[in-house]
Amino acid sequence: MAFINPKTREVQIKIVYYGPGRGGKTTNLEYIYKKFNERIKTEMVSLKTHGDRTLFFDFLPFDVGRIMGYDIRVQLYTVPGQVKYDSTRKLVLRGVDGIVFVADCMAIVRKKNMLSLKNLYENLSGYNRSIFKIPLVMQYNKIDLADEGIPLLSPQTLDRDLNAQLKAPSFVASAIKGYNVIKTMKKIIMLTMPTIQGQLR
Amino acid sequence: MAFVVGENQLNEIENTLQKDIIDLGVKCVVLIDMAGNILATRDDGARKHDIYSLAALAAGNFGAVSAMAKIIGEDEFSLLFHKGKSENIHFSKVMDEFLLVTIFSNEVSLGFLRLKVSEAVARISEILSSPVDG
Ligand SMILES: Nc1nc2c(ncn2[C@@H]2O[C@H](COP(=O)(O)OP(=O)(O)OP(=O)(O)O)[C@@H](O)[C@H]2O)c(=O)[nH]1
Ligand SMILES: [Mg+2]
Repeated sequence: MAFINPKTREVQIKIVYYGPGRGGKTTNLEYIYKKFNERIKTEMVSLKTHGDRTLFFDFLPFDVGRIMGYDIRVQLYTVPGQVKYDSTRKLVLRGVDGIVFVADCMAIVRKKNMLSLKNLYENLSGYNRSIFKIPLVMQYNKIDLADEGIPLLSPQTLDRDLNAQLKAPSFVASAIKGYNVIKTMKKIIMLTMPTIQGQLR
Repeated sequence: MAFVVGENQLNEIENTLQKDIIDLGVKCVVLIDMAGNILATRDDGARKHDIYSLAALAAGNFGAVSAMAKIIGEDEFSLLFHKGKSENIHFSKVMDEFLLVTIFSNEVSLGFLRLKVSEAVARISEILSSPVDG
């Protein structure tokens, strides 16, 4: 849940990147960190294994400007996608304001995307929250692999698999090349703001 | 949905943090929620820590430790404390939703710190439970 501080006139918002292991969540944050290097004054925090897999979370705080006289500070997190890290994944979701679901376009991981989305649904339920009531953006990542002849799922297939009921805005992306990474982030911030704006005065 | 703490309440909390904690010789104290948001902070002005990262890690760490307690059949661990060569860090839960993180050097004794922190926690709980002011 976002926190509004009327004294410092600051709003803190928590955005979580969720999705299957190796889908590209950490790569999204790394791109944002590189791109906005001058605006981000602190180091990105990454709790990871030796093999560079997220163990607990990545964390990147980010000032996005002012709305109605309040400084908006977005805190971006990723969860560990590996199935075995469910308990830590759940912890990261606590108090979430907006979610980016990073799906992997590779045809061989089709099932994993669906299982991860189901897991998101269940973990939110654990906090008595509904996936239908939280701002959500779908990102279909690794689209660049098409150039290498790797079989990919089409955006239509991914929409059918993951987004038929949710009907969230979706973007194809290449986190590694930066394609649509910022667009995805801007969209989730935009979707998250209205629920908070009403409480600013 | 966002949650708001009134300006007067924040003032009172900051006063408590200053008087009951920082004035003892403590370096830095941060009140956060379990999502990792920062509600209030005070320090002795000597060194600035990256408190946003600290808050995210403290919330995650506290969540992980609580989950471990449950696995071994404890409600929670009563002392959460990390000792360094010269700096130490202490965590104390405030009601169910908040956490007080205190950074202090060896010049402050742990026993004394715990006593003062528990007084501050009681005071902050009172403040946060009172109705939001305008
Ligand atoms: N070709 C290609 N590779 C990508 C892309 N995004 C990420 N990768 C690669 O996929 C691998 C996994 O990326 P990560 O960002 O670590 O994935 P993650 O979702 O954080 O994985 P977990 O931390 O295990 O949940 C890395 O080798 C990345 O370089 C992309 O858009 N295109
Ligand atoms: Mg990762």
